[in-house]
Amino acid sequence: MVDALLGSAVQLLTPEGERVEHPDFDITLTDAELRSLYRDMVLVRRLDAEATALQRQGEIGLWASSLGQEAAQVGSAHSLRSSDYAFPTYRDHGVSWCRGVQPMEILAMFRGITNGGWDPIARRCSLYTIVIGNQVLHAAGYAMGVQLDGADEAVIVYFGDGATDEGDVNEAFVLGADYQLPLVYFCENNQWAISSPRDRFNRAPLYQRAAGFGFPGVRVDGNDILAVMAVTRMALDRARSGGGPTLVEAFTYRMGAHTTSDDPTRYRHAEDLEIWRLRDPIERLKVYLARNGMADRSYFDQVDHEAADLAVLVRDGVRAMAAPAPETMFDHVYVDPTAELVAQRAGLIAYEESFAEGLTA
Amino acid sequence: MTSIREFALPDVGEGLTEAEILRWLVQPGDVVAVNDMIVEIETAKAAVELPSPFAGTIVELKVQPGDVVAVGTPIVGIETVAAAEAPSRQAVLVGYGVREESTPSRRRRGRRGTDVDETAAAPADEPAPAVAVSAAASEASPGVVKAKPPVRHLARELGVDLNRIIATGLHGEVTREDVRSAAGSGAPPAAPSRQAPRDERIAVHGVHRAMAEAMAHSARTAPQVTEWVDVEMTRANQAVARLREAWQGDGVRVTLLTLVATGLIRAVQAHPLTNAAWVDEGPALQMRGAVNMGIAADTPRGLLVPVVKDAGALSLRQLAGAIQGLVDDAREGRSTPADLTGGTVSVTNIGVFGIDGGTPLLPPGQSAILAMGRVVERPWVVEGVVVSRPVMQLTLTFDHRVMDGATGSKVLRAVADFLADPALELLVDSR
Ligand SMILES: Cc1ncc(C[n+]2csc(CCOP(=O)(O)OP(=O)(O)O)c2C)c(N)n1
Ligand SMILES: [Mg+2]
Repeated sequence: MVDALLGSAVQLLTPEGERVEHPDFDITLTDAELRSLYRDMVLVRRLDAEATALQRQGEIGLWASSLGQEAAQVGSAHSLRSSDYAFPTYRDHGVSWCRGVQPMEILAMFRGITNGGWDPIARRCSLYTIVIGNQVLHAAGYAMGVQLDGADEAVIVYFGDGATDEGDVNEAFVLGADYQLPLVYFCENNQWAISSPRDRFNRAPLYQRAAGFGFPGVRVDGNDILAVMAVTRMALDRARSGGGPTLVEAFTYRMGAHTTSDDPTRYRHAEDLEIWRLRDPIERLKVYLARNGMADRSYFDQVDHEAADLAVLVRDGVRAMAAPAPETMFDHVYVDPTAELVAQRAGLIAYEESFAEGLTA
Repeated sequence: MTSIREFALPDVGEGLTEAEILRWLVQPGDVVAVNDMIVEIETAKAAVELPSPFAGTIVELKVQPGDVVAVGTPIVGIETVAAAEAPSRQAVLVGYGVREESTPSRRRRGRRGTDVDETAAAPADEPAPAVAVSAAASEASPGVVKAKPPVRHLARELGVDLNRIIATGLHGEVTREDVRSAAGSGAPPAAPSRQAPRDERIAVHGVHRAMAEAMAHSARTAPQVTEWVDVEMTRANQAVARLREAWQGDGVRVTLLTLVATGLIRAVQAHPLTNAAWVDEGPALQMRGAVNMGIAADTPRGLLVPVVKDAGALSLRQLAGAIQGLVDDAREGRSTPADLTGGTVSVTNIGVFGIDGGTPLLPPGQSAILAMGRVVERPWVVEGVVVSRPVMQLTLTFDHRVMDGATGSKVLRAVADFLADPALELLVDSR
């Protein structure tokens, strides 16, 4: 079934790690570039596993796993120039990682000690949006600004298959088409919106929707990092050169639970996972690298060691993260705080201090 | 230097207050590495495994399978090599997962609206009391005393029991001054107050909740009729005994349930409506070719109904094996979603509870369910003479939209006739 659906998808690397040709898309990368794609995917996967464990140990409040979607995220984000701008969802750890967001910055949000985590302007990567589809409108607005500035920049916005049912996303499609925005709509179709299976709700493949709005749509094998990069680069180049928006549907699979609050064994079968495990994005690149002598055992071992070190760093870092003082919640409400908020802030500080008064008074 | 560290039950969902311990994956003495799975728990949302936050040796399991444990309760003690560990800094909002046993934790909020754990923070040289956890959780809600958190904090510092203070606050709350004067007057030190009987509301989740929803739906939507009949079981008992003897040593467990299921399969095959489902749109009947037989099983997690797929295609022996496998899986929590769905008709054995008969409710999507009662010696009239015979009551509930009374009666009668003389029925059938 998966193969039938993937039929129309662009693929350059088969699940067995075989390099294949495509009539419209191709990519040439150096060995070093290929290795760094592999490395990033492995590190992101390790970060994801460690965060999941930390949630189970009560160290963070929630985690949305990116397991299985590494090629879609890392491949597309690697296609960006540093001047481009990305709008991720709560699941796009591979994207934020490639934008230079630090693991601790991501985890601080999931620990509930910051409302954001990083400086979106410095990273050229917006904060995670949890309101489904909302960031697609933000991105359209941002792309309008880029267009008005005449800047040589492209914008990429990430969203899930479920999000395509949202008004926000469809409105953002209309804006992109009408204004020919320098925008790439990157849909990670991971087949599930929490417990709703995509195939049950879709009458037409998602990428075909683009035609109705008047811009191209491409389905790509989302577990094939080479194809993801080839397609995303094409879409970004179109955007930068005034060609307008593109919808990229990365066909992939959410291998983990929706979030740590979810138990997928209640609604999906283990066999489906088995099918997708054979399509693993990291394994196929590893096989390709090894078979073609682009990386050897010592390289893979070194990456594994790096991943283990990252896990320790993340674990220790999260445990050491202190909660901010409660009154900091007032800090980013207004540039110039109102008198009412100033009073509330003072009241809160006095209250906090009254805990200490006890014995000495 | 080694030290014993505790792992407190985390909130693995969003805003959950408790979880049930399903199973320990480690025992005292076991050595664990960071992130080794140590325990399986079930919350209102999911059954999940918890990874160890420390490397070390398990020294104590503080809660037992079946215990419902409040979030924040220490569940295991692990002896770690102190130097190798990161500083045991206490996280505040989320990270109450790990703590050094001897360090009283500072928690900002009581999880159940009271300042539970803070009162339990014992002095450093006093071991934390090993209370049964569910009890600890309920002791955590003493009679409500109004006092602001800083005042409660002060009372704790001074060792004053808020329950024994006369409140003088404007709104009946205990004030800082009330606490100070109680401390100064040498009021008796805090002593545990007697537990008054309490009413409480308990969240329903997991298998229990699924059962509640399915049964309420069934009772609301399907007009259900129940009929019953007594069956003399001498020959059925003999048949089971013979089959057991014949297949002894093969590991196949034949029971009366196997025979009852066989009887029902034959009745369903003779009356295909029994296997149909009502469809509101149309309306229509969804006829189903395969008899997928649900077997209601009483498991540690509650009522589960694993399904023998295409049971009509199985020999008696295969059926016995299939039932055995599915029920074992259900009892041990190994059932897959596929095992538990797709039933077209069901059997439930209430006899195992020592019950004669009952009126089962239809599982949603099914039109017939058969209950078997216990087999007991009863007075039975044979050719005008009252004798003692093993008798079982069979009860059939069916959907009156799908079957009329005549059809339902024929189905039940067919099962009864089969059980009255299974060997004969099987012989007649193989004509
Ligand atoms: C506007 C809005 N509606 C509902 C939700 C609840 N919600 C959280 S995740 C989710 C499913 C999203 O599915 P999809 O877009 O496929 O993304 P995925 O989680 O699979 O990456 C929903 C409905 C929300 N966060 N925001
Ligand atoms: Mg999805």
